[in-house]
Amino acid sequence: MRLKNYLLNHAYALVYSLGQITRTPLSSMMTVMVIGITLALPTVLYVALQNTQQLTAGLDNVAQMSLFLKKDTHEQSVTDLAGQLRRNPDIATLEVITPEQAIEEFRHSSGFADALRALEENPLPFVLVIKPVTFHPDTVARLQATLQELPEADFVQLDMQWVQRLYAALGVVERGVVILAGLLGLGVLLIVGNTIRLGIHSNRDEITITKLMGATDAFVRRPFLYAGTWYGVLGGLLAWLLVSAALALLAEPVQHLSTLYGSRFALGGLDGSGTLLLLLAATLLGLLGSWLAVGRYLRAVEPV
Amino acid sequence: MIQFTNVIKRYASGQEALSNVSFDIAKGDMVFLTGHSGAGKSTLLKLIACIERPTSGQVVVNGRNLAHIKRAQVPALRRQIGMIFQDHKLIAERTVFDNVALPLVIAGLHNPVETARRVRAALDKVGLLGKEKQLPVMLSSGEQQRVGIARAVVNKPALLLADEPTGNLDPDLAAEVMGLFEQFNRVGVTVLIVSHNLGLISRFQRRILNLEKGCLLSPTEALPCV
Repeated sequence: MRLKNYLLNHAYALVYSLGQITRTPLSSMMTVMVIGITLALPTVLYVALQNTQQLTAGLDNVAQMSLFLKKDTHEQSVTDLAGQLRRNPDIATLEVITPEQAIEEFRHSSGFADALRALEENPLPFVLVIKPVTFHPDTVARLQATLQELPEADFVQLDMQWVQRLYAALGVVERGVVILAGLLGLGVLLIVGNTIRLGIHSNRDEITITKLMGATDAFVRRPFLYAGTWYGVLGGLLAWLLVSAALALLAEPVQHLSTLYGSRFALGGLDGSGTLLLLLAATLLGLLGSWLAVGRYLRAVEPV
Repeated sequence: MIQFTNVIKRYASGQEALSNVSFDIAKGDMVFLTGHSGAGKSTLLKLIACIERPTSGQVVVNGRNLAHIKRAQVPALRRQIGMIFQDHKLIAERTVFDNVALPLVIAGLHNPVETARRVRAALDKVGLLGKEKQLPVMLSSGEQQRVGIARAVVNKPALLLADEPTGNLDPDLAAEVMGLFEQFNRVGVTVLIVSHNLGLISRFQRRILNLEKGCLLSPTEALPCV
């Protein structure tokens, strides 16, 4: 019975707050639109970032690290070492290049064939070409250190510096998106808070009267909290619509551009978890914004 | 029902609205409170409804000492009191029905059938049945006052407080409204009415508390100021 009454109280506040919002359609719509646009901006950046990451994932194939072994390493220990390294969880693939293969390739591609023939013995060492499982800078650094410390290792050469730089750049952009999202979230908080503050102000008489009739603080607070939540939900939905529309508009030119580059890359949309995150964040920001305004201003409205 | 013991109310400005006021209103009584404007009548009502707190002295309403009441307990107290105001204090954007139903909603009554029944019963008592769907502005001042009365009694409070309920009404309407209060009193509701219309209230043969500059004057059952 108590629970039922509690739920009914909330249902009342929910319906009542919707009524409040629709009673001032223009200003409510403005608030929702401001929230929607504010939230759409970081969402678009998030989607752009995801697409960039997807695009760069394909570039990993050309990046690798080469472990040059000491000249006096025997073939048997090279095979042992290769087998041992293949079990390392950081290593995706490993290829052994013998000195003979290396010099053969060098002879073909360098044009120094005659000069090489003049050499009495093959000066090239065994080389292990290694591709790490990820190109995350931490993994790469760890792997590099491990390889460097092997007794057979002469030196490790990274043919992936540009990939690492790209990842680092993406990391900077990612952090920037997070900061921007935080600032814009704060903006949404203030927008909702201000709208609710105005709502409290224009309903001053009504609040005073309900308090005189014995309304509890919770009773007075509830419709405003629901109103803030509504603003958040509607703003979030609008943001989702805006992002979807923007992506739909971009899809074709992006497709065209990638065909010109001979790529089959297609612009990815906002995924399920991204959508969920957007709507959840919008709702919570709405609730929090109104909660702050209500806590700050509602107590001050007392009958005199 | 209401006991004031040596109540002093001094506002922050230093003005003393009530000086050592003591009186007692029994359950089921109907009492008038009169005096010139600024005599402290409104302050006295505000102390009963816990809108203001006394500077010193003791106010007891329905067995409850308001000196120790916490902020969170005030709403429950107010729900036992029906309040009527000179300026009606109706919510302008809501219909007569919604205005009258407000105390029921606040008290947590969500059964629409029961709500409608009680709202209509209250409106019937004040003779406004059929005006449920109108907005307060569409009604005359006397009708608005009666909506306010219907709202005050809809939740069947034990105590009715009326602050100048006939202030804006012509004599006939004023008498009619006072008659309504008598009806409620007859079914056991304690009624305290603030009015400066001495001619009207003297016709009712009820106890009259007379406030003058914050002191009670020669009341039959109250101690005079010192």
